[in-house]
Amino acid sequence: MSVFQGFRFRRVTSPIHSLDPRAKFVFVLALFVVAVLFSDLVPLLVLFFVPLPFVLAAGVRREWLRSLRGAVFLAVLIFVFNFVFGYLYKTSTTAVLLEFSFAMSLRFVVLVESFSVFFLTTSPDHLSLALEQSHVPYDFTFAFTTAVRFVPVLAEEAETIMDAQKARGLELERGNFLKRVRNYIPILIPLIVSAIRRSLELAEAMESRAWGASPKHTNLYVLKLRRGDFVILIFSVVLLVVGVYVRYFVSIPHLSTFLPPLPF
Amino acid sequence: MIEVKDVHFSYPTGVEALKGVSLSIGEGEFVAIMGQNGAGKTTLIKHFNGLLKPSKGEVLVDGVSTRDVSVAKLARTVGFVFQNPDHQLFSDTVYEEIAFGLRNFGFDAETVEKRVDWALNLLDLTEYAKTSPFLLSGGERKRVALASVLAWDPKVVILDEPTIGQDHRQKENLRQFIVQLNGQGKTVVVVTHDVEFVAECGPRVILMTGGEVIADGEAKKILTDTTLTLSASIVPPQITQIFLGLSDFGVPSDVIDVSEAKRILMDYLRGAGY
Repeated sequence: MSVFQGFRFRRVTSPIHSLDPRAKFVFVLALFVVAVLFSDLVPLLVLFFVPLPFVLAAGVRREWLRSLRGAVFLAVLIFVFNFVFGYLYKTSTTAVLLEFSFAMSLRFVVLVESFSVFFLTTSPDHLSLALEQSHVPYDFTFAFTTAVRFVPVLAEEAETIMDAQKARGLELERGNFLKRVRNYIPILIPLIVSAIRRSLELAEAMESRAWGASPKHTNLYVLKLRRGDFVILIFSVVLLVVGVYVRYFVSIPHLSTFLPPLPF
Repeated sequence: MIEVKDVHFSYPTGVEALKGVSLSIGEGEFVAIMGQNGAGKTTLIKHFNGLLKPSKGEVLVDGVSTRDVSVAKLARTVGFVFQNPDHQLFSDTVYEEIAFGLRNFGFDAETVEKRVDWALNLLDLTEYAKTSPFLLSGGERKRVALASVLAWDPKVVILDEPTIGQDHRQKENLRQFIVQLNGQGKTVVVVTHDVEFVAECGPRVILMTGGEVIADGEAKKILTDTTLTLSASIVPPQITQIFLGLSDFGVPSDVIDVSEAKRILMDYLRGAGY
């Protein structure tokens, strides 16, 4: 569950926290697009360091590192898959393959880290405000923010359920692959049942508080782009333009060409 | 039976939930752990079956450190009934639900059948054997959860908030049931806020606040000590409150049992010439 911890918002004030969520989202999106454009190690290494100043400025280093640690397992998996299948099908030399596989898992890490920065520094309320003021229908906005808000709640509930089943002698790590998957049935059923029950209760609570009674509603806070937001937006556009330019007009060096050939 | 030695525990978030707890629970004892929300009660009992391992110190169950054995192994000795039955019910039928634990512990089919029947009967659930646990009422679901743990006959039974959401009759049934279990030699540990319930049961009470044990002793002594109860955010039982208020008349202040209270008052009134 440590991956969720890396996305959990904590209310603090920092220059990054007070940025307009829309500007931050554009930045994350730009990073996302550029990361997906490249499958070479060098540009991805550069991209890896781009969100770092934001993390430091926002003071969320600990939570951010935790989300990265949570991503390690999947990153390793991506590396192994790319490498093993590339090796089996002899797509290229081992050195190039190693570099490519590493780039692929680094790409995943870049995506995780940038989204993690976004969610760590943007309160759910801000997020819904941003959606709403981008003219997304309120029903969707509400559904989205509710879903985001309930992720940690569900994670906590899943942990309690695991404890309850372990206390009845369930060993999640026992047996072969199929048995291990089946071991999760006693966790998933109570989790799903309680999620459904919870959403029905939430719907009732909303109805009893006159949800949807007035089609138009106003907000106490109105988002406005400020100077810092424009800086971020310009930075994102520059990132995107440079990314596209480098991708299509610059030949990217392979690290493996500088190294002596591997013995295997 | 259970030996807790200077246990400290911090959650990954950095919250220190236990700050040096030491206590020991003997075989066949009946213990109630009380205290305000966030006092560390649930954290403490999760150490008893190894769901949580101490950050510092150690917990011994039957002389074995919980660090050295799996939860599944400990659960065979220490049965833990969670507060909310909805966190564990998942089977198609009540019968299967109760059989789940038994199968995990590797009992053979014949024994499973025998033990499930026994547990169904014990908690008055036989008529629901083929019913889905999700169709039962809250109180019944709680009983299914209890049956599903008692079925493998653990030496220690831990109950987290067993009285929440139960009506008076269910509570009384539960009380009799717990007393009966304890009478059969089982060690029973109850975590609860329900002062009246504890007053009626009269177990040993361990009072916690802020991750520490602040008092440990007879229910009668602890529940009538207003300084202690105040610092643990609980109120003395109503009958004790009456007797504390009447202390000017020379009645004892350490009464938690209603029938005892009645006897004392009758004696007093007779002495006054009524």
